[in-house]
Amino acid sequence: MDIHEYQAKDILSGYGIKIAEGGLAYSPEDAVQRAREIGGHVWAVKAQIHSGARGKAGGIKICKTHDEVEAAADYLLGRRLVTHQTGPVGKVCSRLYIEAGTDIAKELYFCFLVDRSSERIVMVGSAQGGMEIEELALNNPEAITKIYIEPAVGLQDYQAREMAFALGLDAEIMSHAVKTIKGCYRALRALDVSMLEINPLVVTRSGELVALDAKMGFDDNALFRQLKISELRDKTQEDPREMAAADRGLSYVGLDGDIGCMINGAGLAMATMDMIKLAGGEPANFLDVGGGASAERTEKAFRLVLADKGVKAMLVNIFAGINRCDWIAEGVVQAVRKIDMKVPLIVRLSGTNVEEGRRIIAESGLPIITADTLAEAAEKAVQARNEVVAKEAALEI
Amino acid sequence: MAIFINETTRIIVQGFTGKIGSFHAQDMINYGSKVVGGITPGKGGQTHLGLPVFNTVKEAVQQAGAEASIIFVPPAFAADSIMEAADAGIKYCVAITDGIPTQDMMTVKNFLRRFSEKERMVLTGPNCAGTISPGRAMLGIMPGHIYMQGNVGIVGRSGTLGYEAADQMKRLGIGISTSVGIGGDPINGSSHRDILEKFEQDFETKVILMIGEIGGPQEVEAGLFAKEHMSKPVIAYIAGLTAPEGRRMGHAGAIISSAGEGAAEKVAILQELGVTICSTPAAMGETVAAVLAKM
Repeated sequence: MDIHEYQAKDILSGYGIKIAEGGLAYSPEDAVQRAREIGGHVWAVKAQIHSGARGKAGGIKICKTHDEVEAAADYLLGRRLVTHQTGPVGKVCSRLYIEAGTDIAKELYFCFLVDRSSERIVMVGSAQGGMEIEELALNNPEAITKIYIEPAVGLQDYQAREMAFALGLDAEIMSHAVKTIKGCYRALRALDVSMLEINPLVVTRSGELVALDAKMGFDDNALFRQLKISELRDKTQEDPREMAAADRGLSYVGLDGDIGCMINGAGLAMATMDMIKLAGGEPANFLDVGGGASAERTEKAFRLVLADKGVKAMLVNIFAGINRCDWIAEGVVQAVRKIDMKVPLIVRLSGTNVEEGRRIIAESGLPIITADTLAEAAEKAVQARNEVVAKEAALEI
Repeated sequence: MAIFINETTRIIVQGFTGKIGSFHAQDMINYGSKVVGGITPGKGGQTHLGLPVFNTVKEAVQQAGAEASIIFVPPAFAADSIMEAADAGIKYCVAITDGIPTQDMMTVKNFLRRFSEKERMVLTGPNCAGTISPGRAMLGIMPGHIYMQGNVGIVGRSGTLGYEAADQMKRLGIGISTSVGIGGDPINGSSHRDILEKFEQDFETKVILMIGEIGGPQEVEAGLFAKEHMSKPVIAYIAGLTAPEGRRMGHAGAIISSAGEGAAEKVAILQELGVTICSTPAAMGETVAAVLAKM
């Protein structure tokens, strides 16, 4: 789960990390009011969306008058911002963070993340802040310092100092730097943070270390014990279909293709989507219905897939282990009868009680296309999709 | 031989008396696995499915000679159960539980490293379907009947995709020595590489099918190990060709978060390392058959 910059800054400030003065705004009037409260002559009006690279997408405006603040807020609120992290659909900005302008002497990059290879938390820093770490890793990898943290003893002072020196910080702010770095680590461990990025971490002209941006991601598996963090969820930043799926205990990811999918198991789902692509089609979604595919769950999954109006054909691929194909077949038949399906349905069942399952589908009298193997299922789905598209084209002419 | 488990392995179930634990314990017993009891703290001394219930894993090791364990404990308590098993002297543990916090798994891995290699429990999972040595023993939640006994080792992250592979092979008359699910989490007990090492040592296993997916470094690490340390052929399929960057595809670990973690990239690297690639997920069985035919 991701949170907004202002939320991350609020958390970090509780752990001793210095942030610029700022406030939240939901309207241009709010924004001007915040700017007045903050005082000074320069403000940053920052779109709060769950994505990095907001600056590049025009989501951060530096303003020198209250009128500029108002105009920037008016421009950003309700705007859909597209970054390489949001995908082409982008994310809508519905709140702004108004922050006092910071007098920047130096921009640094700093983050903590879980390193899957060493199975430890790694601290990553670079004296070349501001830009994307991916770019830096590609063009100038030696400018990046990585320090691995032993989980049992945690981050040590000498490691924080090592990082501070690598960031090129002066001896005068060393103790503050160590405090900042250790504060981030304490937040990470206490709150089940999976990723914490401060980019840029800046040294101001008055010699202070300030987190100018902050991005935090949390381990979804740990939210059960991080109730305060769960409350920070902003559902407007999430795909409504994915959220609806999650609420029903299904795992769904919307994609750009037009062949809807319902599969049990994440690996088989990915493999089936691969097979669709190899057969010349494009999947409309990833959907793992999980182990206990009851009739009720099957119907919910069908509704979810078909809610995507771009779907031209739907493929069901179930490998029944603990499940039984006859139960699943009954669920599918029930779902199709209840929902007025407008697109062709291809069903491939495999595993326990497969003959019985196929018989139920065949005897239902419904226009369900069946397949025996994974390859056949994908080919039939692509073929059915192509026929639908051809028919639509013929109607338009 | 097979790896990890066979017909003599003495198995206990952690989370024995719960609904899920009971169901799968019975299924494993029906398959022929030598289940000798289970653990539910506070229910020690009772009998469940005709077997003794123990309060602690230590008691099960002392009184029932438990060697292997399977964990059905809820996510909040699963890490604790894994460490209890390791400390009690269990040799092999499968964690089925899905949803264990990453930091808990980091603690578990660190805890396991404290033991000398000889004393260290092997953990596979969490978030997996378990391990099966067909015809001998099942320590998992898979449909046992789809697996035929034979000489191909399977290691994979996914449950149902592993079933698909076993089913394709059975249709071609190819059997399996052991199939190991390592689970879909970012930090797991054993990696692809760890399991390849076990299969390399097992005289019954002739070739290995590795079923990987997007995200993380493990498939490439396994490929490097295969190139440098293995005499047996390794065949691989990597799922997630259509997965977009930065999106989690069901499994907590199935996410492309840096360069080299996509399916096409992994396939290219593995190919270069001499691993035979299954061109499609529908060709896992025939690719294994083709490699076997050349031996």
